[in-house]
Amino acid sequence: MFRIRFHGRGGQGMKTASRILGSAFFLEGYETQDAPRYGAERRGAPMFAYVRAAKTTIFERGIILRPDLVVVADESLLLLQSAGVLADLAEHSLLLISSSHSPEELQKKLGMVRPLLTLSMPVPKDIFTSHPPQSSACAAAAAQLLGLSLQSVRQALHMELSGLSDEKMAENEETANSAFLQMEPHRGRVGEQPETGSVSEDRPSWIILPFEDARISSPAIHGEATSLLMDTGSWRSLKPFIHKEQCSRCDLCHTYCPEGAISFDNDGYPCIDYKHCKGCLICLVQCPLHAIEAVQEDGSFHNNKQGDDQCDNS
Amino acid sequence: MRQLLTGNGAAAWGMRLAGAEYVPAFPITPQTEIIETISGWISSGELDARMVTMDSEHSMLTAAGTAAATGVRVFTATSSQGLLYAMEMLYTVAGWRAPFVLVNVSRALSSPITLEPDHNDVLAARDSGFLQIHCSTCQEVVDSLLLAYRLGEDERVRLPVIVNLDGYYLSFTREPVILPGEDVVSRFLPPYDPEETQFRAKDPLSQGVAVLGGSHYSYFRYETHYASQNGLSVFAEIGREFGDLTGRFYSLLEEYRTDDAEIVFFMIGSFATKAKEAVNRLRDAGQKVGLLRPRLLRPFPEHAIAAALRGVKGVAVVDQNISFGKGGILFAELASALYHIKERPLALVSFIGGLGGRDISNAEFYEMARVTAEAAQSGKIPPPRLLYTKEELARIQGLKAIASAGLHKEQ
Repeated sequence: MFRIRFHGRGGQGMKTASRILGSAFFLEGYETQDAPRYGAERRGAPMFAYVRAAKTTIFERGIILRPDLVVVADESLLLLQSAGVLADLAEHSLLLISSSHSPEELQKKLGMVRPLLTLSMPVPKDIFTSHPPQSSACAAAAAQLLGLSLQSVRQALHMELSGLSDEKMAENEETANSAFLQMEPHRGRVGEQPETGSVSEDRPSWIILPFEDARISSPAIHGEATSLLMDTGSWRSLKPFIHKEQCSRCDLCHTYCPEGAISFDNDGYPCIDYKHCKGCLICLVQCPLHAIEAVQEDGSFHNNKQGDDQCDNS
Repeated sequence: MRQLLTGNGAAAWGMRLAGAEYVPAFPITPQTEIIETISGWISSGELDARMVTMDSEHSMLTAAGTAAATGVRVFTATSSQGLLYAMEMLYTVAGWRAPFVLVNVSRALSSPITLEPDHNDVLAARDSGFLQIHCSTCQEVVDSLLLAYRLGEDERVRLPVIVNLDGYYLSFTREPVILPGEDVVSRFLPPYDPEETQFRAKDPLSQGVAVLGGSHYSYFRYETHYASQNGLSVFAEIGREFGDLTGRFYSLLEEYRTDDAEIVFFMIGSFATKAKEAVNRLRDAGQKVGLLRPRLLRPFPEHAIAAALRGVKGVAVVDQNISFGKGGILFAELASALYHIKERPLALVSFIGGLGGRDISNAEFYEMARVTAEAAQSGKIPPPRLLYTKEELARIQGLKAIASAGLHKEQ
């Protein structure tokens, strides 16, 4: 059986990627199973999807442990423990990461010795209106590594993206072609693995759940403001940046921010808590003076937990 | 033709193939895709049906029951809290003896709130009068929809039917599915003829009337019980007929490698396919293990189950539900079905697993088989066991430390 996991953020198309790959397997005569897990069900929040394919009926269900291939749409996810990209990997698990770095650079950056491949994506023309068709690229690259044909990928694209305009479809096909070609040197590198472990595998570490009274065992949170512990700022792909020189301190951005992530500095200028700003850009839309700019996130958030917080009095 | 469909997609196709004409709807995760799919077909003109979005599941079930009473073929769907919200009307409309199909996409119940599946939602409807078909694959979902209409509409039954599929594990999971052709459907499921039970404006009828004193009430309630029990022979009959038409035969039970089995897993729903995987590995290792999965939970096929377990030494009952203060619901149902059987299995061992969609690993299936075999051999039956590991306890303790921080501070 082949077991493939796709990791991405809500909006990056990894559910679609899993479907394209699932359909490509299906077209080549495999029994197939594909499914997403949505996580927080929010744009930018980590999610994953998985594909199983085998020549016989598939009885396994649910999340994939010991994947043969892990496709990552966004290298910054590797630094987010909650994304679980590196969870339950086997020795043979191969990582394919969408990144502008070379495999060696990325290994160094991540401090990883595990073998990995990188997939370079075309740079978007306009970060607001155009996204590179990541789903098609990731699925096509995976298909090449798994030894599937380009023809199956193309047919799968048409099955899964049937609602797209001709222009968008052509862009997807082009991106898929080039991703498929990029992986040509590694064709078939991911092989089919035998069925799951034998009966002699480790016994589960079951315990008898102890009784604890309602003060402890009711699902209540007593600590105040525990949501502050959630770095929801890591969901952001576009970051609002306030140009103070254009700002009239009108307060609209602060009023409309659905996350309460905008406060004021000592001079009354708005400043953004990047640890919790999810990048919805409602502030940008509301700002009457166009003093807020959207900047592409580059993952640097993860190196500096506070981001470059604009509130100097926080 | 085989195609890839999610469990939700398969449920929508089942509704479409069955020719349901009226769909009262209210969305809830993980059922929503069913409603979206059907409304998409209606708005594109592919499907001629009437969908009405209601203000709640309670209204939705009321609309479904009343429409069914007019003789229209009705489909509706919900999940979890939605099913509970509709519960008053589930019991009420079942008593009207007007058949329709309700798909429940299983999702564990509050509190705490979650999205992933277990069976406490659909089991809360166990005693409502609705028949219950439980699916373990997406293929079974579409086929069960057709079986459900035929079953509920049969004059020996005339009760509404729930078709249950697990959230996530089936609802959002695509698998190859064969859609029955229209020729098959037209032969298997002819249009519903409600005969004289049909309610029409020119032919008024009082439904679900008041009866006091208990005696008349007893009559109506026990008649409903008979009707439900009739579902066993009707299902066996139509399951064979469906098989003759499609090659896919549906009996009351799925018996997987049980022929010479000494140890049997007993469970319902999609996690049962995980058990099959474990059965295959255990068989490879020379162990005589099988799986018994009831497709119908109401009516409960107790005689068929007792027959299937003849000669079996131990049964590992895997309950993906919990009745607080009692334990696994399937366990109690199975025990009562076997009590008077002389050649009953020596050991029934109760396991609670998969609550809120918690995974059950292969290693856990192997361990359940081992514990059950040991119990059958020694005659010492272990207490019910929650599938829960040391690592899981450590993780919840970490979370509780954060959650209770404020509490300790104030004290």
